[in-house]
Parts: sequence; C-alpha cells; structure tokens
Amino acid sequence: MFNYGYFSFDSKEALLEKAAEYWNPGKTKFWQDAGTPMVIDRREGYLLYDMSGKRLIDLHLNGGTYNFGHRHPELVETLKSGLDYFDMGNHWFPSVARAAFAEKLVKTAPHMKYAIFGSGGAEAVEIALKTARYATQRRKIVSIIKGYHGHSGLSVATGDDRFSKIFLSDRPDEFIHVPFNDADALEQVLRQGDIAAFIIETIPATYGFPMPHDGYLQRCQDLCRKYGAKFISDEVQTGLMRTGVMWGWQGYGLKPDIFVTGKGLGGGIYPISACMVTEECGGWLHVDGAAHISTSGGSELGCLVGHHVLEMLERPEVISNTAFVAEYFAQSMREMMDRHSDIFVGVRQRGVVLGLEFDHPEGAVAVSRALYENGVWAIFSSLDKRILQFKPGVLLDVDLCQEIMDRFDAAMPRARQLLKSARRAA
Amino acid sequence: MTLQSPPNPSLLHVPDRNLSSANMKVGRAGWAVRYYSTFTRDAVLGIAEAVARAGHEKAGFYADWAVRETGFGVAEHKKLKNELSALPLLDYYRDLDLVTPRIDAGRKIVDLPKPAGVIFALTPATNPIATLYYKTMLAILSRNAMVISPHPAARECSLDAARHLAAAAEKAGAPAGLIQCIEEPSVPLVQELMRSDKIAVIMATGGTPMVRAAYSSSNPAIGVGPGNAVAYVDPSANVDRAARRIVESKSFDNSVLCTNESIVLTLDCSHGNLERALRTAGGHICNEADTGRLRDYLFPASGFNVAAIGKSACWIAEKAGLRVSPGTKVLVPVIRAPGQDDVLFREKLCPVLPLTSAVDFEQALTFAKQTMRRGAGHSAAFHGEDSARILRFSQELPVYRVVVNAPCSQGAAGFATHLPPSFMIGTGFKGRSSIGENVGPQHLVHWTSIAYNSDASVPFGSFDLSSVTTPAKRPARQAGALPEPQAAAAEIDRDMLRQLILEELRGLNGGRS
Repeated sequence: MFNYGYFSFDSKEALLEKAAEYWNPGKTKFWQDAGTPMVIDRREGYLLYDMSGKRLIDLHLNGGTYNFGHRHPELVETLKSGLDYFDMGNHWFPSVARAAFAEKLVKTAPHMKYAIFGSGGAEAVEIALKTARYATQRRKIVSIIKGYHGHSGLSVATGDDRFSKIFLSDRPDEFIHVPFNDADALEQVLRQGDIAAFIIETIPATYGFPMPHDGYLQRCQDLCRKYGAKFISDEVQTGLMRTGVMWGWQGYGLKPDIFVTGKGLGGGIYPISACMVTEECGGWLHVDGAAHISTSGGSELGCLVGHHVLEMLERPEVISNTAFVAEYFAQSMREMMDRHSDIFVGVRQRGVVLGLEFDHPEGAVAVSRALYENGVWAIFSSLDKRILQFKPGVLLDVDLCQEIMDRFDAAMPRARQLLKSARRAA
Repeated sequence: MTLQSPPNPSLLHVPDRNLSSANMKVGRAGWAVRYYSTFTRDAVLGIAEAVARAGHEKAGFYADWAVRETGFGVAEHKKLKNELSALPLLDYYRDLDLVTPRIDAGRKIVDLPKPAGVIFALTPATNPIATLYYKTMLAILSRNAMVISPHPAARECSLDAARHLAAAAEKAGAPAGLIQCIEEPSVPLVQELMRSDKIAVIMATGGTPMVRAAYSSSNPAIGVGPGNAVAYVDPSANVDRAARRIVESKSFDNSVLCTNESIVLTLDCSHGNLERALRTAGGHICNEADTGRLRDYLFPASGFNVAAIGKSACWIAEKAGLRVSPGTKVLVPVIRAPGQDDVLFREKLCPVLPLTSAVDFEQALTFAKQTMRRGAGHSAAFHGEDSARILRFSQELPVYRVVVNAPCSQGAAGFATHLPPSFMIGTGFKGRSSIGENVGPQHLVHWTSIAYNSDASVPFGSFDLSSVTTPAKRPARQAGALPEPQAAAAEIDRDMLRQLILEELRGLNGGRS
C-alpha cells in the first residue's frame, strides 16, 4: 500500500493501470515494453527510487534539470523560504525577484541586455523566435535536421517531423531544416535574404550530442551576421556549467544574438526558463512590453530559485567539482571503450555532457535497459537511438562516480546479450 | 541592555551557504585523494619537500600574522615552531615509507598501504600555523587530502597559510583540492561536517568540548586531551640547569603549548635552592600576597581567565597587580604544601608556574599522580639523575611521556628530545584518546595484509609490486583547479585543453566524434 495522504495506491501495478487509464496510455506502455518500467517514488541527491524500492543512479537528469541532484537541500530551503513571502506574483508588474534574477542572468552574459522569462524551454524558444522575427521583420526560421527546441507552436516547427506532423504543425514554408555541421547548406538558405534566425543547440542533445566540428558554430554565427539573420543558441541542455562553462556558447567563443535557458535553471524544484536578448533584439520591450505575456513565466518563486541556482553554479567549488567529474568520465569511458570495443564504439563529450555511441541502430535502447537492470538510469537519444545520453550532475562525488562505472561495466555483458537478440530478431 | 535587531534584517531566510560550500570542499578533497592516494614515493616526497620549503619561507610572516590576529604567544617563538613543523618534520619522517608495499617472506605476509582519504583537521587559535603546517605535512606524507577548519580567531592567517601550502603542493604536482581550508568556520558548521560520511578521520586539536564532539561524531577521530604537566626537580638534579630549562620552556611562546610545565614540584630540602635558581633564570618568585593576587586574577569564579592565555609574564603581572622587573619571563607563585584544592595547580596556558614542594619522594609522587589526573595521558618532566626514581615516576604517573632533563614544552612535542615532532600529543586511553604517542603520518594509513597459510607446506607467492607503485591514473590536466580570477583567459586555456582531450578521444574512436 502506497499511502501519500492525498491519494493512495495498492501497488505499483495498480498505479500503472491508473496511469494508462487516466494519464497517458502510450507512454505508460512504452516504458514497460522497453524493460525500464520506472515509476519514480522517493528521490534524493543523484538517486531515484522506483516504487518497487529499486535504487537507480540518475544520469538522465531530465536533460540537466537535476544538475544539482534531486531536491538539493539548499534549493529546497530557498524555495520554502520564498513561500513564506512570495507566490507566483503578477506578471504585469515589476517585481523584486524578477528584477534581481534578470540582472543576475544578464551579468553572466554581459553582451546581453534583457532577460525575458518563461516557464519552460519551449516558451523561451517561442520568445526567441518571435524576438528574432520582430528584430529582422522576417518570418523564416532555420534549424538543423533532427534539431529539437520544444513542443509549442513555433518551437515544434523547428524540430523533427516526428513531433510536428502528428499535430499538423509542421510548416515547411517558414521553417527550413539544414544538415548539422554543414555551414555551406546554411549559407545557401541564408543567401535568400529572408531568414529571421538560425536556431541551434550548442550541442544537439536529442540528436545524441554530436559534437560541432571545429569552427562550425562560429561560421554559422558569422553567416547569420553576414545575411542579417539572428543567431540563437539553445542552451537548455548545454547551459548552466554543463559543458564546463556557464553557457556552452562561451566555450566556443560565440556571441549569440539571443539565447535560451531552462531545465536546470529552476533547480528541478520550480519551473522557469529565460530568453536572453541583446539590446537590439529586445527593442520590442520598449515598443510594447506586453506583446508577450505569460502568467506563470517568471514566477517570483522560480526567479528566487533560479537566482540561487546561478549563485551556486558560480562557486569555485562547483566549478572545480564539475571539472573533476568531467575528467573522471573522460578517462573512465576511454577505458570502458577499450574493454567493450565490440559494442561500445564512441564517446562524445564536452564537460559533463556525454553521448555514448553503440554499434547498433537501437544500441542505446539495449544499453539503457541493461544499465537500468544494474541500477543506473540513463536515456537513449530520441532522434538517434545508437547514442546513449550520459549526463552526470555537477555535484557528483568520487564514490558515486566510481559506483556508476562499476555498474556500467557490470551492465555490458547484459547489453551485449540484448543486442545479440536484437540482431537475431532483425 | 536589550538585544537589538540588525538595522536591515533580511525579509527572507537564506540557507547556510558556508555549510554547503564546506561540504563541496569535502567533495573536492575526495576527488583529489582519489588521484593522490596512488602517487609514488618520489612524487610524495617531492610534494612534501615543496610544501615544507614553502612553509619554512613564510614561517616568520605567518608567526607575526598569527600573533597579530589572535593576540596569543610570541612571534619569534611561533616562527621557530612553524619552521620546526616544516623541514625538520619532513626530515624526521623522510625514511618512514608509507607508500611502498612491504613483503615479509619469513612470515608470508605482504602489506599494502591504504591512505585514510579525506581528513578533517581542526586547528587551534593558540598554535594556528604550526598546527596547520604539521597536519598538512602529515596528510601529504600519508597520501591523504585535508580540509582544515581553523579556529575562528585565527581564520585569516590560517586561510592564507593553507592557500600558500596548497599552491606549493599543486605546483609540485599535487592534485587540486588536496589541501583546503574552510573560509567561514563556526561551531555548528564544524559539528555538522564532523558527522559527514565523506570524512575518513577527524584530527581534533582544540578545547575539550570540541575534542569530545569529534569522538562523538560517529566518524573515526584522533583527538587529544588537555595537559597539566608536572615538572619534578629531584635533589639529584643540577638545579641551575633544571631551572633554566624550565623557565625557557614555560616562557616559550608564552606557554601556549599544551606540553608546557604547569607545576614545578620539588622536595622541601631543595625548595630554597630551586627558588634561587628559578629567580636567576628569569622567574619572579611571588610572596604570599602576590600569589593570592595571581590566583584571583587567573581564576575568577567563572573559571580560568582566558584573557591571560598566551600573554607575557609582565603583561599578566600588570593586570594582576604585581610589581615585577621588566626582564621577568615567568611568574612563580609559591604554594608551600602540595594539595589538590588549589586552583593554581590546574592547566594554565600562560607563563605562570606555581612552585611547591613535598616532604619526600613518596609524597611528591602521590601529589604528581593526583594532579596529573587533570591532564591525564599527557606529559610530565623529570629533572635529575636518579634512574630508579625516573622509572617509578614514569610508572606511577598517568602520562605517556616523561621528558627528562629537557624543556617539557618542546621536549614532549619532539623538538628537544628524540620523540616524534608533533603538534598532536596523543593522550591515549588515560586521556580519552585513541592514540597515546605523538601523532604522525603513520596514524593516517592502514594496511591491507595478504596473509598466507602459516603451514610450511603452503608456498608463499612471488609479487611484482610495480603495478602497485606505478603512477596510477592521474588527470591528464590539472582537473578541478580553482578558477583563476582572470576568468576569461583561464576559460580559453581550459577550452583548449578540453579540445585536446576531445581530439584524443576522436583519435581513439577511429575518427568518429
């Protein structure tokens, strides 16, 4: 019996039935079929506990949402303290939390002028695209094939067909897709002179973290400047120290016109996102500041938590720990690849953002399952199932990192077995 | 007086960032020791040498700073202690190999050293830098990482000294984060951190409550109790030499070492002679009125007057209302008959040294034994040539060091004897501590023993130890180094390095990224 006071369930099975009945039958079934039927119950630090009691180390982190781990005590304390004074606030009016957080965000990226808040990454992308359209008075948006920027009206149209066509939301006339790591293809499109913006994740997450070739992003930015389009960095997964610096674009020497952040910005306890714009792009905030409004975007509680998230990320100890974690996995994955070179064929890494490449079209699905059985939760890339997203948190300690690699090693024979049967089935 | 709230109290409660940052330091130390615990003996000695030299170079600088900041002790003596905790300490332990596995073919046993991990070290206000140097050297020699929590009264000098030593260590090849210091130490923070399961062992130097808290933390601890050394001057002693040693020792750094003489005890037959010798050596022998004034000043109803800690004899004389000559090094209240009730027989971390005498050796022994129950497990001194009495004195007293014909302050701490140089004087079981000798790096390493069947028919293996002592995985670069103040430039460097690593990875992947 799982009694939560407000509701109760007899068993995990009973919950799964209810979830399928009232919530989402497709998702509920998918994870059961995948052999990873997780229903997260307790959660603490980098650990998750399934309703069955099974303990899992979280290397999914929902794309960095749980960068500091689950329910980090300092962030929980911050939110609780905020609840003694604030609520979501009234988006129409200036507020102390919003002004303070906006200033703190702008200070992390001094060439930016304003922070415009949303409640999730897609909303921030929506703001970014609208801002670019305003600033250029052009309509067309370019993104990469297999890009991913969210599921709202404009953002979903920038992404893969899988998520737009089903809702008749693909708009091929206004949203153009070009291959990743191909600046020439981008230039061909930009040359038409009617492109408002090129939006790209600094390292495309849902695509499995393929690394941008040397100079690629810089050239994209230069091309945007040349043809009067705005360069938008989607930092939802690469921001907040995940690549070893506060914003991924900093590490590539870029200066985007607009960038968006979300996920971990709310510390995993209060949803908030932000679209950062330069003075020029933010012109509409002078013309009609209420042209984009959002009741829950920039909630004061979220601003308070986000403010503290940035403060924590700026601490020397966090920066140092992130480097240790990154170094550890760089070294350990190299060794692991030597030991399991028959299936484990590549590592993509920048900071604590890793994509692990397996030698099978669905390789990462099998590895994800094998890891799950061995107490580690890491998810495959939706748009390239050869790649396992491996996303350690910035505060991981040495013991847990070692445990992760021990479990990883132990999971490899099982992954091999699953891949063998997958090959036979194919 | 009513308590006033601060002029601008915060409207919101803000979480304790110091505790959080301190925990992050412990995490960082965990990373550092992961690498450092596999370093070779040469690498360890290289780092130890660099740190000792760095410490030696700034011994005077930090001695001045410590005295300025805390008001305790004498800068020139502190300089000496700081120096002694650097190069001479290294020399003492240079040949103690805590890195190389040991093979004992005769007993068919191989021992492999396993460093403790992250040490949490408390350092006192009275000996802030010497203790910090000493504990740091021990951590380095034993391949451990250390997070130091300085006494808040010595925070500034300790932070700077820790940074100085850490920089020297890193420059000599130590991983970043090996030596760290808590920026905002406080009692609640220390208590919280002592309970952390990431701490391997606590090295507690400080007041009794702190030491007891360390032992109650649920973590392994090495804590030491207070001293109350009796210096016995036997009639067989050369009284002049004994008096000189005692006065030098008692006035050393204004008596802040816990090994300092607390009472000088002799027999009635030697009393007059010893008084004269002490006076000649720089002691001010108090008359009854002066003794009373000193007692009242040092022990008001509330207990020992902490204002007197580490102050000079002349300073104390003035405060207590005694007229003494300017060259006075030690104040000597005279208590005619030994007894347990006089508060002056308690520990005093200041140059006040009561003199008392017993009718015979038996009475002296009884008195010393009883007195040393306060300060049990610590140290005592014997001046004289009578070996039989030295033996009995040592046998009867509840102490683990009896310093003979030497200054006790320095002698028990290993600086005027052949005892190990130490700023942690183990007070052992008698003093409610886990270690009874002077604490050294060997106490921070445990050994895994490979033990074969003792039956002669079972052969002993042959071991190639090179795999154990080869430099194990070390970070390809100085991972985890703290960001430089000029962030922009450092960013680029780190980025370049990261790029190199990625290229290396790409190479391994056969070109796939």
